[in-house]
Amino acid sequence: MSNKVIYAIYNDDDILMDAVKKTRAAHHHIEEVFTPFPVHGLDKAMGLAPTRLAICAFIYGLLGLSFGTWMMNYIMIQDWPQDIGGKPSFSYIENMPAFVPIMFEETVFFAAHLMVITFYMRSKLWPFKQAENPDVRTTDNHFLMEVAINDNEEELVSFFKNTGAVEVKVIEKQ
Amino acid sequence: MLNKLIVIDMYTFSSKLKTFSFILMAVGLLGIGYGFLTAPKDIQEVENLLAADSHGGHGEVQHEVSNSSHKENEVAAEHKETTDAKEATEHKEHLTHVLHQLQNKPWAALYVACIFFLLISMGVLAFYAIQQVAQAGWSPVLFRVMQGITAYLPVGSVLFFIFLVLCGLHFNHLFIWLDPEVVAHDKIIQTKSGYLNFPFWIVRAAIFLFGWNLYRYYSRKNCLAQDEATDNNLYKKNFKISAGFLVFFIVSESIMSWDWIMSIDPHWFSTLFGWYVFASFFVSGITMITMVTLYLKSRGYLEHVNTSHIHDLAKFMFGISVFWTYLWFSQFMLIWYANIPEEVTYFITRIQLYNLPFFGAVVMNFLFPILILINTDFKRITWVLVMAGIVILLGHYIDFFNMIMPGTVGDRWFIGISEIASVLFFLGLFIYVVFTALTKAPLLPKRNPFIEESKHFHY
Repeated sequence: MSNKVIYAIYNDDDILMDAVKKTRAAHHHIEEVFTPFPVHGLDKAMGLAPTRLAICAFIYGLLGLSFGTWMMNYIMIQDWPQDIGGKPSFSYIENMPAFVPIMFEETVFFAAHLMVITFYMRSKLWPFKQAENPDVRTTDNHFLMEVAINDNEEELVSFFKNTGAVEVKVIEKQ
Repeated sequence: MLNKLIVIDMYTFSSKLKTFSFILMAVGLLGIGYGFLTAPKDIQEVENLLAADSHGGHGEVQHEVSNSSHKENEVAAEHKETTDAKEATEHKEHLTHVLHQLQNKPWAALYVACIFFLLISMGVLAFYAIQQVAQAGWSPVLFRVMQGITAYLPVGSVLFFIFLVLCGLHFNHLFIWLDPEVVAHDKIIQTKSGYLNFPFWIVRAAIFLFGWNLYRYYSRKNCLAQDEATDNNLYKKNFKISAGFLVFFIVSESIMSWDWIMSIDPHWFSTLFGWYVFASFFVSGITMITMVTLYLKSRGYLEHVNTSHIHDLAKFMFGISVFWTYLWFSQFMLIWYANIPEEVTYFITRIQLYNLPFFGAVVMNFLFPILILINTDFKRITWVLVMAGIVILLGHYIDFFNMIMPGTVGDRWFIGISEIASVLFFLGLFIYVVFTALTKAPLLPKRNPFIEESKHFHY
């Protein structure tokens, strides 16, 4: 098995989408697609499994809600019971409306931050990491599809030339 | 669902649905009539009713505090050492009070259903106007559905206006500030009477209803004429009148909510009430668009409406449900926190006397939709959306019930024949008017400049 891959480069997201569909239809294996911005529907066209990030976000939200509830109970009721606005009921449930904004904010805070952290971890991103994109133009205005070669280099090169690629390169991957 | 082979552009009102709408109206009318006929005529009947009640003692009966003419009665009722003579007059006063509440009940039931269906069509009209002004590319395939639903607006407006006139002619006591006897003994209402008086009130209602209907009429007319047009002038015209309408709407909507709902409790006020009412009927309107769209799709119409359109509608149902909750809670929390007697009575009445509908509305309008519609896949499944839609619509009916009933019938509320029959009647009328209107025009606005984008809307 060689480690050879094809880099097919496009300059338009619509052409890229069509090319991805054609490539999938021809049963060539797409390793990865690099784009300068999120292309709607690309994940479906590539046949990627649906993201489970939303489920994580929901769980993180519940975690935040629980944390907010615990925190307000500890601060306002248990540790140093507070009498605010003539409501010294010293009971969580009776003062609950006052805590709802904090519980809501904690829900949002946990869901947002933990979701971003999860996304970075799943994408194997961390500070000072070397960029993985094979061509700097994919951060500007070009789209790059990386496709594995299995002893069919000639066929693939001509195939991608026909999909509207502005450039087709064969690269030996390390 | 998507692979229906027969493509039909014009809708035909199925005889089954038509019969169903007639049955609803007939049953509704019978029930409404029954409600009016069985309402007590004098305090003698009320006395018998109360005696039959298990919790007969008049000291236990809670009053709507805003009904100030009976305030003394309630306060006095707590003092047990009152003279017999005083007790007798109090007893009579109390009976009269309950009589008024029971006589109000069928009227209030009719009023809640009447304003609810009127405002559903207004919610749809506002949503439609926003689509026009935003020049939305996804929604033009749904325009004819929205126009069909807003066809109820003229019918609903006429019925509602007649109802308001009847209130002014003292057929009922829903708006106690319309009663000169009450105003004479009420300093707070007296200071508001420059605004809260029948002529000004009814003129405002006439202007608002007329303005909304005017926009609906011309917007639909232009949209239909655009089908045969060769340029986009009518579309641009619709853009302009829609923008104008939205400005008129947001001002008139706020005032409408004070006039038609908040003034039922004339001592109480809330500055975000307009938004709160808007959120309630806006989400109901969007839910109604979803339900009608799903129905038409299940009958093989609207071939260009795909799951992405449905998904977007469901996202709006979800989002505006959360928005409603935000306003519900904002209104509640500030009043709860400040705890000012004249403000907090509003919620005390509701929590003590309307506990189940008051918190039930939050479960139906917030907890249920947020848990069921948060899932992406569920937003595309017909039966999930129909179920969620029914709960949301019922929940917002309860919401209007909570806004109107405490000030009109107090603790005499009950969801019985009057209430259900009123809803059935207006639902039947709504179905009949809406689906008749849908047969009048092709379901696809074929010459809308964004129609291609809308047909291919997909993500």
